[in-house]
Amino acid sequence: MLQIENITKTFFPGTVNERVALNNVSLQLNTGDFVTVIGSNGAGKSTLLNMISGKLPFDSGDLSIDGSSVKRMPDYARAAFVGRVFQDPMAGTAPDLSIEQNLALALRRGQHRGLQWGVTHKRRAFFREELLSLELGLEDRLKARVGLLSGGQRQALSLLMASFTQPRILLLDEHTAALDPQRAELVTTLTETIVAKHNLTTLMVTHNMEQALRLGNRLVMMHEGQIIFDIDAERKATMTVPDLLAEFAKIKGASLDDRALLG
Amino acid sequence: MNAALELGLLYGIMALGVYLTFRILNFPDLTVDGSFTTGAAVAASLIINGVPAPLATLAGAASGAVAGLVTGVLYTKGRIDGLLAGILTMIALWSINLRIMGKSNLPLLREDTLMTPLRDAGLLGGAWSILIFAVAALVIKFAIDWFLSTDLGLSIQATGNNEQMIRSLGVNTHRTTILTLAISNGLVALCGALIAQYQGFADVSMGIGLILVGLASVIVGQAVFGRRNIFLASLAVIGGAVIYRLVIFFALGAGLNPNDMKLISALLVVAALLLPRWGFLKRIPSLRQMRSAAGSANYSKAN
Repeated sequence: MLQIENITKTFFPGTVNERVALNNVSLQLNTGDFVTVIGSNGAGKSTLLNMISGKLPFDSGDLSIDGSSVKRMPDYARAAFVGRVFQDPMAGTAPDLSIEQNLALALRRGQHRGLQWGVTHKRRAFFREELLSLELGLEDRLKARVGLLSGGQRQALSLLMASFTQPRILLLDEHTAALDPQRAELVTTLTETIVAKHNLTTLMVTHNMEQALRLGNRLVMMHEGQIIFDIDAERKATMTVPDLLAEFAKIKGASLDDRALLG
Repeated sequence: MNAALELGLLYGIMALGVYLTFRILNFPDLTVDGSFTTGAAVAASLIINGVPAPLATLAGAASGAVAGLVTGVLYTKGRIDGLLAGILTMIALWSINLRIMGKSNLPLLREDTLMTPLRDAGLLGGAWSILIFAVAALVIKFAIDWFLSTDLGLSIQATGNNEQMIRSLGVNTHRTTILTLAISNGLVALCGALIAQYQGFADVSMGIGLILVGLASVIVGQAVFGRRNIFLASLAVIGGAVIYRLVIFFALGAGLNPNDMKLISALLVVAALLLPRWGFLKRIPSLRQMRSAAGSANYSKAN
């Protein structure tokens, strides 16, 4: 499904600010996998998502979706296969357009956009049905400007827009981090439901370890541009947040020791 | 007064073009100063060389679209700042326009233009010509309204509203940007071609400062008539173009000379931008809508 092979990305190469964001990262996702990614700040989690979505090019390695390399494909072309929800609730929707217009834009993901009406009766009925599943009452506000919605509502809408065309891969970039606990819980539950409903292959970056353990069938931990820990559903089910922290401290300590030795 | 209304409606077409870039695409496009004249120059030269006026007018519009395309390519593929890209095309067009015209002024007095039938029938300056021009401006307005509500048009609106989001939904924003600049400058050039025929000459300096006229029309019109949705917003733009001509008309009547008009335009734009920020005017609902973009962002953050 998604095959990441030895991807390396260095920011500001050759300058004093040089920083290796991804160091020879390989990762393989099978169809229907729901992988949660955790790691400290600067571990390379967001960079990894930016590599997959094509927002930033990588220095070396390869990335393929369904067996064909998308290395040279620009971000807007890759969007045909990759849906994405950003951390910022403002980022995933167009504030001056209405709810139905935003949904109409999302409906044409990866398809030709011509001179047919953006919002038709048929599409509107479909939107209403999809919005109903969010249980936020948005189905009665199809013509409301998205800028008038709250952050939680906008993020739920972004999630719907990223997923309802069933892209091959869904990327979630700390999409609950900017919300208050109650809304975050709502969006987390919605994520669970939507991913299960469409059986989407999903990669979710999160800072919330509890969330990382609760969702998905696989957990990956990143540190300093590398994947340092990768567990399957079975092991994940038995782990708790303290276990995870202990594991992190152990590996982190080890890597520091290595460096101390080399230094 | 009637002539001011006629001119206002004709310039409304230009203002619709500026609306597409300035409001929809969020792009301050200075190309219009050049492309307006290009439309006039191409149409006038073709008419003088015996090409039928409707065809010459369309060719004028097409030449403006090419100018917009150049600005768009400089901005997207060349990654040149939007303002600078527009200025570059505008300056280059000055020379090109002179090449097209051969000299700095092309009179159309004895030629068959789109205005000839109106003039022969004695309609110019009367209610009928105002009606005809109003219909022409409205046809273009409705065409724009329709276009912006198609799949393609929605992706253009989103390009100006949230580029990151629409790219993540699979739209090549370089293409939508270039396309919008081409359409916008096509409309501006169409207006130039019509104005040249209306006033009976094309002049190389007729486009100088035109961007301010366009901005004044968009900003004043939307401040007065509101911009709650595309239908109202584009209507307001035409209204703004007419108001602008009326202001000019009364300013001239008050004893100012035509050379003062650039100053009047600039003051009008400044006033339309600043007045809504002053306390007592905030209570006027339509003026307050100017601030809605900033306001709604705060609103949703507060939630």
